[in-house]
Amino acid sequence: MSVSAWLTKRKGARLHRHKRARGVGNAAPSWGIIALFLLPAFLLYTVFMMWPLAQSFYFSLFEFKGLARGGFVGLHNFRELFTRYPVNEQLPRAFLHNVYFFIGTMLIQNTLGLLFAKLLYTPRWGKRFFQTIYTLPYLISALVVGYLWSLMLNPLFGPINRVLKMAGLSALARPWLGDPATALPAIILANAWQWMGFPMLLFSAGLANIGEDLREAARIDGATSWRLFWNIELPLLLPVVGIVTVLTFIGNFNAFGIVWAMGGVNGEPGGATDVLGLVFYRTAFRGGVDAFGLASALAVLMFIFIFGVSMFMVGRFRRWEESLK
Amino acid sequence: MSALKASRPGRLNLATVGTQVLLWGYAAVVLGPLLLVVSNALRPTREIFKNPIGLPTSPSFASFVKAWEKANFHVYFFNSLGITVAAVVLATAVSALAGYILGRYRFQGSAFLSAYFLAGLMLPFRLAIVPLFLLLNDLGLVDSRLGLILVYAATGIPFSVFILSSFFRQLPQELSEAARIDGAGEFTIFGRIMLPLVRPALATVVVFQFVPLWNDFFFPLVLLRSTDKWTLPVGMTRFFGEFQTDWSTLFAGLIITTLPLIIIFLLATKQIIAGLTAGIGK
Repeated sequence: MSVSAWLTKRKGARLHRHKRARGVGNAAPSWGIIALFLLPAFLLYTVFMMWPLAQSFYFSLFEFKGLARGGFVGLHNFRELFTRYPVNEQLPRAFLHNVYFFIGTMLIQNTLGLLFAKLLYTPRWGKRFFQTIYTLPYLISALVVGYLWSLMLNPLFGPINRVLKMAGLSALARPWLGDPATALPAIILANAWQWMGFPMLLFSAGLANIGEDLREAARIDGATSWRLFWNIELPLLLPVVGIVTVLTFIGNFNAFGIVWAMGGVNGEPGGATDVLGLVFYRTAFRGGVDAFGLASALAVLMFIFIFGVSMFMVGRFRRWEESLK
Repeated sequence: MSALKASRPGRLNLATVGTQVLLWGYAAVVLGPLLLVVSNALRPTREIFKNPIGLPTSPSFASFVKAWEKANFHVYFFNSLGITVAAVVLATAVSALAGYILGRYRFQGSAFLSAYFLAGLMLPFRLAIVPLFLLLNDLGLVDSRLGLILVYAATGIPFSVFILSSFFRQLPQELSEAARIDGAGEFTIFGRIMLPLVRPALATVVVFQFVPLWNDFFFPLVLLRSTDKWTLPVGMTRFFGEFQTDWSTLFAGLIITTLPLIIIFLLATKQIIAGLTAGIGK
């Protein structure tokens, strides 16, 4: 949620500048007063958040022995990530799983989010009711959602297989989380179950921003609801699509709790559900004596990748929006 | 609109029926598992294994008592509550102070500071765990609830400062000017006049910090070692190992962990929806 705020801050900033230019503007209080107001937040945020983030980059270039930082080793830690067994094999596999996770979520969760936003847009009874229900699972911890679905999908006593049997579809019943072919898709679906309400709310807010006069004009021109959606609403929703895409990307590449609950710390069965978040955790806290150096290097790579791709997406969507104007 | 509806009643009816089917169908997909959790927590495990989908014949809260007492949930619950509330209060307090100054005044470096606080919204903070762990270790704050509170409070600051400063910015100048003429100092203007006016924003900020912190699994997993300091999500991992065959208790544990959030959701649906869509128009 917070990132959507960040992504739209430009609009906000422009607005405020405008306001400032009009307003009188108080003379700022003395530096002492300013410091008293700002320092608590500044210190807490810097010491426990920004400073450790910055240190990650520095630490990745050093050798570690347990908790003790040793000498400068250049890019040695980065090389180790790609040459030392087992991390060199787990890393590309986990990366691929994150990519699947992202694609699957975009196709299932966000498409459903758009669909339900559109279905609930036309004023009708129960809009708020359905929105509330659909958003409910978002509140639940990812770990709890994972455990809940691992019980649901249990091969012996799980309700899902029971429902399939009752419906005469016994052939479909299987150990969902025990089979490498279905384990990751099951996690993607459980995750979509939890998060679908979020893109739905964002798309709803986006749809509400489109002027009713535009829709009216299209209707008068004889546009069908489908044409209205495809030619008018969807292009105007592009900024929201961009926000949802970036948020999905960041969320999926940080996936941790739900995968832990459904596949364990090693991404069972046999690494079929291993993701970067788990590899990072294992490298840092279940690794060898030099684990902290290696984990810092991995953190830097993931940081650059996640941040870089998000920024690229933001820019790409912005250009796309401009081209449609 | 109504003319259109009248001219094509057949098609529109079909669409309406299809829409209703989809809406109720997905509502069932969301609510089904949740209702099943509640129902199964009230039935003995024996019955669940016989038939995983069913209503309790003689509802019993025995599993809740068992999870609460035997599975240590009373310890995890109050740890979660204490840590989360402390972190939210701390972050909201310091963010309100900073948000006020950044929202109301322009001074040298104010634009930079706003951007600096904002930057935290985008950064995948968990990746900083190694330096953070070493820092807390140096401060003697590993395996300490205080350490976790400080880390959590720091993570709440970017969003809170962002929301609060934009609310403070929108308040009219006249209010503070009148107070200043009456000789009120900056802290009086902040506490007596401005803060009460941004109460809706404070509610949003509080709810939006509470939920992710209550649910967080990564930081307590790494930073807390003694089980008597564990929060609910970490306790859950041990619980699911120890009670794996006792499904009724497992379901009860899931409910205990989630109940405070459901209560918050019912009390603050509006703030939650407002916060989720912050930045996108209405």
